[in-house]
Amino acid sequence: MPRRAPLTWRVATVARLQPETPSATTLILDVPGWPGHLAGQHVDVRLTAEDGYEAERSYSIASAPEDPHLAITIERIDDGEVSPYLTDELRPGDPVELRGPIGGYFTWEVADGGPLLLLAGGSGLVPLMAMLRHRAAATSDAAATVLVSARSWEDVLYRDELATHDEHGVTVRYTLTRRQPPEWTGWAGRVSAEMLRELGADRPEPLRVFVCGPTGFVERVADLLVQLGRDPHAIKTERFGPTGGS
Amino acid sequence: MSPLISRGFGGRRRRDVDPSRIPPGQYVTDDFPVLSAGPTPSVSLDTWTFSLTGAVDEPASWSWEEFLALPSEEIRTDIHCVTKWSKLDTAWRGVSVDVLLEGVDTTADFVSAFCDGGYTTNLPLADVTDGQAWVAYEYDGEPLEPVHGGPARLLVPHLYFWKSAKWVRGIELLDHDEPGFWETNGYHNRGDPWKEQRYWSD
Repeated sequence: MPRRAPLTWRVATVARLQPETPSATTLILDVPGWPGHLAGQHVDVRLTAEDGYEAERSYSIASAPEDPHLAITIERIDDGEVSPYLTDELRPGDPVELRGPIGGYFTWEVADGGPLLLLAGGSGLVPLMAMLRHRAAATSDAAATVLVSARSWEDVLYRDELATHDEHGVTVRYTLTRRQPPEWTGWAGRVSAEMLRELGADRPEPLRVFVCGPTGFVERVADLLVQLGRDPHAIKTERFGPTGGS
Repeated sequence: MSPLISRGFGGRRRRDVDPSRIPPGQYVTDDFPVLSAGPTPSVSLDTWTFSLTGAVDEPASWSWEEFLALPSEEIRTDIHCVTKWSKLDTAWRGVSVDVLLEGVDTTADFVSAFCDGGYTTNLPLADVTDGQAWVAYEYDGEPLEPVHGGPARLLVPHLYFWKSAKWVRGIELLDHDEPGFWETNGYHNRGDPWKEQRYWSD
């Protein structure tokens, strides 16, 4: 990872809030002096109460490096300490402290090449979306296959935008684990070996695989990929949430 | 720079937790989150070994059975992950690194822990001796689960938890420091949670 500016705290300003799903909102931020990032990296956000109490959390960057704004998509955890403040309390013009970019492993640049296989569980789509946006902004022709697993169609992040990527050399498939709309033609249920085979995960040629989501999702998908013969060293994972979450 | 007050943010302090046990920027969780950079490796205990290699007079290696026969101890400790969660009073059983190094003659000042899956992490020798580090194989009285690093992981609770390498298979003793996986991917070389040494520039 190129070591750029030191990771100092910066004061960002909320430019816009964009609701994505009933439980997720994107914060679009102006960050003076932002040193740039790679798709897949994250930032730390710090909140400080009047008595000096601080809370820090990490959020994946959703925007492409080419985007003039920095975007982070926040899944609202109802009993969370930080996410409800970010999604419900912040208004355009409000300052937010953050630092980054962080993480030099779960990243993809156009120069790394493809083909890409991106597997997202829930809000695990966020860093993978940054990769798709980077791919589009840099007019890369790397083949990319994306599997989005979500509870229901309403819970799928960036639905309209994903459809536009789908028309430009990216294949996007969905599986809905809890509820499917009437006349749903996509997949239903948890990710299976069958789905991964249909996405070409068992083909012998090298693939750059990124898996991001709750622990249960990532464990399952990564295990299936290894069973299908993929090289474990070419599977990059990022997990969140408690053990056994799905 | 003095911190910016987040207007309207009250925070949620846990009243049941002694604040002096929580390093800066951490929050206490009762869960046991899982962070790994790749798939969970599967390993057979029949072929598992733990090795001491590098700058030692004689390399050593233990099979799983031999390892379990080494003197072990119970460790009750707080752990702190660089991703901000801390977990208090975790209970482990494992073999102290002091036991593994007993009678070993070395000129090394550093170690590199190596693991199934290719993960490595580097530590000064002084951070893994004198009762500060173990190779743990039980958690909460049960065999350590694979997602948490089983069959055995390093346990170095006074540093951020990425130093407590999962699926550890040995320790290489080194005359020089050799940054490991996260240490070459933007994270701090030593990782002291009380100094909030999260990232390379901290």
